[in-house]
Amino acid sequence: MAKNYQAGVKEYRETYWMPEYTPKETDILACFKVTPQPGVPREEVAAAVAAESSTGTWTTVWTDLLTDLDYYKGRAYAIEDVPGDDTCFYAFVAYPIDLFEEGSVVNVMTSLVGNVFGFKALRALRLEDIRFPLAYVMTCNGPPQGIQVERDLLNKYGRPLLGCTIKPKLGLSAKNYGRACYEGLRGGLDFTKDDENVNSQPFMRWRHRFDFVMEAIQKAEAETGERKGHYLNVTAPTADEMMKRAEYAKEIGAPIIMHDYLTGGWAANTQLARWCRDNGMLLHIHRAMHAVLDRNPHHGIHFRVLTKILRLSGGDHLHSGTVVGKLEGDRDATLGWIDIMRDKFIKEDRSRGIFFDQDWGAMPGVLPVASGGIHVWHMPALVNIFGDDSVLQFGGGTLGHPWGNAAGAAANRVAVEACVQARNQGRELEKEGKEILTAAAAHSPELKMAMETWKEIKFEFDTVDKLDVAHK
Amino acid sequence: MSNMQDYQSSLSDTSSRKFETFSYLPEMTPEQIRTQIEYIVSKGWNPGIEHTEPENANSHYWYMWKLPMFGETDVDAILGECEACHKAHPNNHVRLLGFDNYAQSAGASMVIYRGEIKY
Repeated sequence: MAKNYQAGVKEYRETYWMPEYTPKETDILACFKVTPQPGVPREEVAAAVAAESSTGTWTTVWTDLLTDLDYYKGRAYAIEDVPGDDTCFYAFVAYPIDLFEEGSVVNVMTSLVGNVFGFKALRALRLEDIRFPLAYVMTCNGPPQGIQVERDLLNKYGRPLLGCTIKPKLGLSAKNYGRACYEGLRGGLDFTKDDENVNSQPFMRWRHRFDFVMEAIQKAEAETGERKGHYLNVTAPTADEMMKRAEYAKEIGAPIIMHDYLTGGWAANTQLARWCRDNGMLLHIHRAMHAVLDRNPHHGIHFRVLTKILRLSGGDHLHSGTVVGKLEGDRDATLGWIDIMRDKFIKEDRSRGIFFDQDWGAMPGVLPVASGGIHVWHMPALVNIFGDDSVLQFGGGTLGHPWGNAAGAAANRVAVEACVQARNQGRELEKEGKEILTAAAAHSPELKMAMETWKEIKFEFDTVDKLDVAHK
Repeated sequence: MSNMQDYQSSLSDTSSRKFETFSYLPEMTPEQIRTQIEYIVSKGWNPGIEHTEPENANSHYWYMWKLPMFGETDVDAILGECEACHKAHPNNHVRLLGFDNYAQSAGASMVIYRGEIKY
């Protein structure tokens, strides 16, 4: 008998380590950063990761022989050193596409970051990148509208969009909250935003908030003659409740709603994104909990993977980090994942942490949102780093203006337009930022005041999660 | 409070009406308009001109001035069309666009001559 069943524990590498394998165009590819327990050979650990994230279990079972296991198994096909870190290595694994349900990031991630992350032979494990084959991408719904449609709906061209998160995060009544939105919008913002933890608390129930905010939008639109929106957060305890809030937002004419895709869950997010596509709604995505998953350089899921998950699950905006503000984010790595959000095709580029070519085909792009600890002095750098296809979001940097939200909004609007105009004229924003803003402030007392208020604020802590580069 | 400036904007004050990109900056000088045209040309976008009565500015569809200038790279020729549109419709907003046919979007859009706003 050629395929006799033999009970017992087999070394993983006999089955799952295949250095001669050439990945197929339709394979899902993953790059893991593996920190093994001391003394375990790299090939065995890589094979174990491939096994535990696909067909394998710790022992041989007779039902293995009822199927074509050689076809369905994940294959560890390459191992590489991690530059600058001898405690770990990269393992590359290829999975046949039919291991995964179509259009289900839930299913893909249940396999790839499931049991394997608790595997004892590993000290730590990090999913660095996934290559989704175009064949799989096409089974996903993706962003409800995409960048080009959003620009057309809102009539915003040739510049980044401007937003503001309403503060304090918690505690305002619905009427006072709507006031804060109205002031920001009439001063020149395109969007205001619910903070992530604004859902439907006793101090401000969701329906009351939606009504007051909608009045704020409508009055600001009539006053300025421009189109505006507010990200109405529909994140809720159940998917049914989420859908109820989304339906009401549509009923009152809101152009955009918001969801927290990690805490709310990917199944709920995908459901909401499909509904948005069918109902012409824009969808803003917040990423609360991401740092729990992506900040440790040795364990967890890199944000570029979470970015791909969101683009497949669906969202028109996604927070990307600012590079220059109060929150973590290495510049080159950030540039890498904002390309992953927006572009049609992204080439492998290790200098930006991108391990695979990624082809998105016809799938729409996601606008990166730069938010957190930024103010007018950051504007030249932000316009230079993010370009026009982005949302620049100033919370404290709008609401903290000594003359109030409208003045803070106007200051940011003047600053962003001055930077775009100067860039178009061929000027170097990061070098000439001060002169550009100072010249613009000559026509805008609001900008002048903002520049005096925030001049000295800087956030200059070193980044914890850096790209892997040689240190010796 | 005496140093605090009131934000001047209201439904009854027609100067509160804005018209998107660059409308929070002073009206552009002829030299500034030229550099923006140079930018559109350098991006490989197709220049186009549209105009509207200011009271109808909120519509997605403004009146096209002729057709977009597909493939036109002569800055003086583009500037000439901008001026001709302005001369024919002196009371209207005139906007200059750079159509990006790959993105199927306007890479640039800006009002270069401002009409008198009466609504």
